[in-house]
Amino acid sequence: MGLSVQPTRGGNVTTIDPPSQEGWVTTRLEFLVNWARANSLWPMPFGTACCAIEFMATAASRFDLARFGMERMSFSPRQADVLICAGRVPFKLAPVIRRIYQQMPQPKWVISMGACASTGGMFDNYAVVQGIDTIIPVDVYVPGCPPRPEALMHGIMMLQKKVMAERSTSKQYEEITIDPTSKLYIPPSRIDELAEPFGNSIHQTRSAP
Amino acid sequence: MRDIPHRGGPVNPSAATLAARFPQGVLRHDVTWGDTTVYIRAESARAIITWLRDDAGERYDYLVDVTAVEHRDALRPLEMVWHLRSLPYRRFLRLKAELDPAGPLVVPSITAVYGSADWLEREVFDMFGIRFEGHPDLRRILMWESYAEGHPLRKDFPLRGRFSRAEQLSQSLAANPEARYSMEELSVADAFHELPEEMKRRILADRRTEGA
Repeated sequence: MGLSVQPTRGGNVTTIDPPSQEGWVTTRLEFLVNWARANSLWPMPFGTACCAIEFMATAASRFDLARFGMERMSFSPRQADVLICAGRVPFKLAPVIRRIYQQMPQPKWVISMGACASTGGMFDNYAVVQGIDTIIPVDVYVPGCPPRPEALMHGIMMLQKKVMAERSTSKQYEEITIDPTSKLYIPPSRIDELAEPFGNSIHQTRSAP
Repeated sequence: MRDIPHRGGPVNPSAATLAARFPQGVLRHDVTWGDTTVYIRAESARAIITWLRDDAGERYDYLVDVTAVEHRDALRPLEMVWHLRSLPYRRFLRLKAELDPAGPLVVPSITAVYGSADWLEREVFDMFGIRFEGHPDLRRILMWESYAEGHPLRKDFPLRGRFSRAEQLSQSLAANPEARYSMEELSVADAFHELPEEMKRRILADRRTEGA
């Protein structure tokens, strides 16, 4: 393997013989898989508003998403790794974005781009979902209204770090099934009741599926 | 740039001919920022708009918009608005019909006059709850069809809606979008069994709308 350990009087001395190392890399399988995944995230752009314009700028030549292995936009969720929700999501689109997320194969990640996708933003009204994390799990929230391409790229790099840190033994890819017979189960109405006096700045209740 | 006064100025000649032709249906007119508004009775809207389109001296061949206005002043009536443009005569005319917000909000549909009124009237129905008599397919268009909170642009509608956020989200997620569109808007082959009975009958009979 090019590395040899020779016992000497002062301790072990490792000598390296570079020519005999050619063609060999030793690493952990987990690292290799994560490295491949992190550097070829295929985005499913779910652009509904002005954030999508910034997202297009990020994908175009000046900022160039291809540097992250993301130049292949996947307009079918079935060939996508990361759902980038860019823009506000009205309630009428809620079942649509959930369906899109469900259609994506595992492993999958979600970037919530901008204030509206993350919290509803300024649209605290009857029509807009107050944060897509009430519908689907979100990995990275990118703040901004809209975020500049640099901010989105920062979010993408954060997601890459997260992907690199994943362990193959973790159970995060298993779908969560709710068991109402469990002793730990709290019905949504009870969660609302508990959360109501606190909530957050947009009076969001947390029991929503 | 012309200096257009806020009130007054040249009146669209159609206002005078309308008043002469429909003495019962036309109430009054005014001019705002150069555009003439004719106030009409809601029940004669279809007759007036049909005449405006067909008369050789008017020829309002382009329906720009159908909308409605509810004012913050609760004493002011709810206004139904039609915007018409006559391309041959280069005229723009705004028709308004005042409705009592407490009474039944019913206006004759003009889909038979202008086909483009179809979706515009559906939007007014969705947002204001004004019903259009004779509309072939009066459903919600912006909100989903099972939306149960009311008509969002009415002044008595709270900004955040009537239900809790959790209830709004679970109701919207329960709506199956593929079961809610007519054949022309989206293929429903996959979700045919989930359609309302009445829509199934229409699709099987190859009829787009009830009564068509």
